[in-house]
Amino acid sequence: MTNSRLLPYLLVAPSVVFLGLLFVVPLVQTIVIAFTDQGGASLAHFRKMAGDLNFGLSLRNTFLLVAVVIPLQIGLALAMAVMLQKLEKGRDLVLWIWTIPLGVSDLAAGLVWLAILQDRGYLNSALFALGLIDGPTNWLSYENPTTLFIGIVLAEIWRATAIVLVILVAGFQLIPKEYNEAAEVFGATGWTRFRKITLPLLKPSLQSALILRTVLAFEVFAVVYALGGRNYPVLVGEAYTWMRDSQNDGVAAAYAILIMVISLAATLLYIRLLRTKPETQA
Amino acid sequence: MNARRLLYITGVVALIAWIIVPIYLIALGAFSGRAGVFRWPKSLWPGDATFAAMQVFLQVEGVWKAALNSVIVAGLCMLFSVLLGAPAGYALARFSFRGQTAYRLLIVLTRAFPLAILALPLTVNFIRVGLYDTTLGVALVHTALAFPFAALVSSSLFMGIPRELEEAAWVFGCSRFQAFMKVVLPLALPGLAATAIFAFVISWNEVFAAAVLTVRERTLTAYLLTVLSESPLHFRFAGGFLLIVPSVLFIFAVRKYLFAMWGISNR
Repeated sequence: MTNSRLLPYLLVAPSVVFLGLLFVVPLVQTIVIAFTDQGGASLAHFRKMAGDLNFGLSLRNTFLLVAVVIPLQIGLALAMAVMLQKLEKGRDLVLWIWTIPLGVSDLAAGLVWLAILQDRGYLNSALFALGLIDGPTNWLSYENPTTLFIGIVLAEIWRATAIVLVILVAGFQLIPKEYNEAAEVFGATGWTRFRKITLPLLKPSLQSALILRTVLAFEVFAVVYALGGRNYPVLVGEAYTWMRDSQNDGVAAAYAILIMVISLAATLLYIRLLRTKPETQA
Repeated sequence: MNARRLLYITGVVALIAWIIVPIYLIALGAFSGRAGVFRWPKSLWPGDATFAAMQVFLQVEGVWKAALNSVIVAGLCMLFSVLLGAPAGYALARFSFRGQTAYRLLIVLTRAFPLAILALPLTVNFIRVGLYDTTLGVALVHTALAFPFAALVSSSLFMGIPRELEEAAWVFGCSRFQAFMKVVLPLALPGLAATAIFAFVISWNEVFAAAVLTVRERTLTAYLLTVLSESPLHFRFAGGFLLIVPSVLFIFAVRKYLFAMWGISNR
């Protein structure tokens, strides 16, 4: 049947055309814009990017944020997933509440934490009631980079741990119960079982969670912007400012290339580090 | 053993509070208006919360239009994602064809890239074809974000529907298309609806591309982002709250599918 041989191609054709126009073409264009200046190939945009005052700072800030947020999120999500396994009653309700932030945008999450952390916010009101501070204190200002950083970390953990949790819970469901039961029979304690059985079998899920979260974490922007404005420069924020305020597509494209290269490198790193042999998969 | 149990329960409750309390607090901020935002020290009880504060926010020039634009963009994104994703998923689930691996790779690559950043060159293209500063243009970019999910999820959905059911329909004289419409689609519909809602949430929450690609036809996120630095605090909280409500409701609607979706689509 020639019909059924052609059919899969007809089915995927629209999406191939679509991804070509909205993904492949702009990707190539970004590369072209970033590497050309006045009609010729050049690194001028990258030089301009690297020479900017905020460049080193935004690069450092973004990496710092990723390095602090991701491990905390993975740890917290693992703890939550383990707790869910043990829960007998109300599992669905707890799970739903824990995954609420999945629907919260980064901008909204930033605003939520702004309401809490602003100088006359709820945190300061509580601290004041406890007698720990004397009056409104500004935690998110330029002069307090450490507390601003902590605020951003809190908002990121609050918002984006849910996606890791969902991926891990789905991974937990794929681990056969018999493995744990067998280990229990042979006298393995809870912690040993977690380390020797659950964690290795969870590796593929951990890998996809890490890849997805890290790529998104390098794109962090709106949370930071809502909490600290430009007091805490990050890479995507700089790209946005170059594009919007300075009307300089070239430097913005250079930033885009940089972010893509970093994300891609992180993805490849995870694939290498967390490789699972097919025979050890659950 | 009892102490451990107590510790465990405390942990669960503390984590529930960790999620719920911030949402409660922004709701409080959103409904307490100008006076409430500057009150010091603040009460944690909804003493001076009124609907008037939210009403004032909704009457601000541009807010209502931006919210409407967000709904239109997210609706279009939902439609496009399913129209492109469901056939792609069906092809991946039911056929083995040359180039399948390359196609899968293209989908995974799309998901692993910081896609919103591609909005930069798209601005120029969109100006050229007249899509710049339109809801349709933003919806197209958001579809590129949501498509990988739609395709992978619907492929796992169709894989879960036994091929035999379809074959039985062919035996009884249905054409391939009829069999799909009468047998496969009804079974896949709830899952596809969940996929669509997920696409809606992705679009509703997206900030960067929406902000770069619009000037007048702003979505709610783009609007809030651009007025952020000059708007008063109670205005920002009302906006944040308005952003949260629909997506939380939608996540509630699809909660059953979240795990099935992620479990399979990530392998």
